[in-house]
Amino acid sequence: MPVQGYMYPNEVELAWSILIVLYPFLTGLVAGAFILASLERVFRVEAVKPTYRLALLTALAFLLVAPLPLQLHLGHPERSFEMYLTPHRSSAMAMFGFVYLWYLMAVLVLEIWLDYRRDIVRLSQSAKGIPRLIYRALTLGSTNISENALRIDERASYIITVIGIPSAFLLHGYVGFIFGSVKANPWWSSPTMPVVFLFSAMVSGIAAVLLLYMFTSRVRGQAVDMNCVDTIARYLFYAFLIDFGLEMLDLVHRIYEADESFRSLDFMVHTRLYLSQVVIQIYIGTLVPIGLLALTQLLRLAEKVRKRIYAVAGALTLVGIFAMRWNVVIGGQLFSKSFLGYTTYKVGFITREGLLTASVLTLLPFPILWALVKLLPPWAEHEFMPEAGAAPAQGGD
Amino acid sequence: MTIEPAQEGSGRVEDRADGDGAAMNRFKDAEHLFRVALVFAAGALAFVVVRAILVPKSFGEYGHYRGTAIAEIAAQPVVFAGHESCETCHPEVPAVKNKGKHAKVNCEACHGALAKHAEDPGTVEPAKLETAVLCVKCHSKNGAKPEGFPQVDAKEHSAGLACDTCHKPHSPVIGAGGKP
Ligand code: HEC
Ligand code: HEC
Ligand code: HEC
Ligand code: HEC
Repeated sequence: MPVQGYMYPNEVELAWSILIVLYPFLTGLVAGAFILASLERVFRVEAVKPTYRLALLTALAFLLVAPLPLQLHLGHPERSFEMYLTPHRSSAMAMFGFVYLWYLMAVLVLEIWLDYRRDIVRLSQSAKGIPRLIYRALTLGSTNISENALRIDERASYIITVIGIPSAFLLHGYVGFIFGSVKANPWWSSPTMPVVFLFSAMVSGIAAVLLLYMFTSRVRGQAVDMNCVDTIARYLFYAFLIDFGLEMLDLVHRIYEADESFRSLDFMVHTRLYLSQVVIQIYIGTLVPIGLLALTQLLRLAEKVRKRIYAVAGALTLVGIFAMRWNVVIGGQLFSKSFLGYTTYKVGFITREGLLTASVLTLLPFPILWALVKLLPPWAEHEFMPEAGAAPAQGGD
Repeated sequence: MTIEPAQEGSGRVEDRADGDGAAMNRFKDAEHLFRVALVFAAGALAFVVVRAILVPKSFGEYGHYRGTAIAEIAAQPVVFAGHESCETCHPEVPAVKNKGKHAKVNCEACHGALAKHAEDPGTVEPAKLETAVLCVKCHSKNGAKPEGFPQVDAKEHSAGLACDTCHKPHSPVIGAGGKP
């Protein structure tokens, strides 16, 4: 049943595909990972320190991929660059280009560079071959890692993080704004959209870093720092409660307000969106992980059990947040503006905006992250064990 | 400059006594920050230069688009002749058509753009129309069309037969008469 009831002709085919679902999902992971990282730096939550650098690199890897789904969605991706050359001030999307660039360059790259500068300088002296050249270039010709220089770095990177937090809020709040400001679409048009997007971003980013940290520890044969994962899980739990609370607030508001779109949207949620919204997003992707995390807060569980629970809750959280993006983007296009009909979205497989493309784009951040981790190891051993021959680098004192 | 042994708690005095050197050192320790700033400045400069080169000169002349685009579009050859032109050479068609239901449908809405034919009818011959394809472009049933507009479900209505086996294109109501 592709079309049911009455659809306007331009509503039958969906304009925004699964790639547009990926875009807020990936951007959300970036903002969430960064906010987790900033906990350590700004709010001095020492427990999450083992994930600080990993979170930054994760944010960078996902941020690099985040605009690609948009590019592939465009008929003429090569023209997207003109958005920077001649931006139209009334276009929300054109302004997003600058928000994105600001966040990428002024916040993330700069912060990573400052944090890794000592390692970069040391590696530029100890590495060989091509990596050496890369590290050399990354030092920008300054090998000063004296105590004073590092203290200045510490200060500068604190300031950048303080600027970075509102920037991360802006980045993802803006993605919510792009949907929330579409006044013609009652499923999207809501001032709570940016806030809901922001909190769901935090939830997904925290869950992603939690999973990545546990996974990389296992791969490297290192013990997981339980204090660290317990703390992250606690933040995940809190962020999730706020996120869920906000979504319920929005729902209650819609139900009580019951404007002219309500019956149509309500029908849609109980039919075409039932599986993805009610079952996957709300039950499996929200209530179950919140329940699991609550268990770890209420009961004294063994370490092993907690780890398992975190892994399951983290994975379900990501599924739930992805479903949330899906329900926003796809759900918003399934009903007719006449409120009398519904259409269907069929995902292609090997098409430009098909499932294959979406899967590749979802996996693409991982090889990038792998390369970043190779280049800039985020593990504690590297940070504290100065490598042989690195001592002369302590110049300037 | 004399080098004094560093003393805890007397940093300020020391600074004043050796102001130049301390400022110099502080600059040296922050030197890498100036280097990044330079990289960013170079990036910004490159952007400004690239922008100056890539943005067309006439951009923004009239609005948020390339001003010369208007002249370029105006210079394109006209492809439609207009029904008055057709009617001077094919007077038998409007004689029928203007009495029928297609009176307000223009020649080139069905026959396509034919300016070249109108200029040189001897060499440019209009393509034969396939009514099974043409007529449903306007008359296929769709709930979004105004209720009063004549619409048919082609599958039910004609079962794949060309529409002009029964309807005369220039005067489509059955039995309305008129040859063409
Ligand atoms: C300068 C005179 C002239 C103008 C203007 C002109 N035509 Fe023609 N048209 C002709 C001639 C001459 C023929 C060929 C006559 C023939 O073969 O019976 C022809 C043939 C045609 C045919 C094909 C007839 C057939 O028997 O297959 C069509 C259709 C047609 N014209 C449509 C148009 C339309 C529509 C326009 C307006 C855009 C137009 N003509 C403008 C002179 C003209
Ligand atoms: C509703 C669509 C439609 C409109 C409007 C229309 N025609 Fe036609 N015309 C046709 C079709 C269909 C044919 C028959 C198939 C063919 O010859 O290509 C045709 C045939 C013709 C022919 C070939 C000779 C004939 O009579 O069969 C001429 C000449 C012609 N049209 C001229 C015109 C002119 C001039 C106008 C505008 C005054 C016009 N037509 C408007 C659909 C249309
Ligand atoms: C460019 C659009 C267009 C095309 C192509 C077109 N028509 Fe029409 N047709 C119209 C319009 C407009 C009317 C007038 C509707 C009205 O009077 O409200 C009309 C009216 C009619 C009617 C009269 C219906 C009635 O009883 O009032 C018939 C029959 C018809 N067309 C058949 C055809 C056939 C057969 C063709 C193909 C040769 C065709 N039309 C191609 C636009 C088109
Ligand atoms: C087998 C002959 C036949 C063929 C082929 C045919 N029609 Fe008709 N059509 C008729 C008859 C007879 C009527 C008038 C009867 C009526 O009003 O229901 C009619 C009526 C119509 C009407 C007017 C309907 C209304 O609601 O007023 C339209 C529009 C129409 N036809 C379009 C088409 C189109 C488009 C095609 C080609 C896909 C086509 N016809 C093919 C026989 C035919």
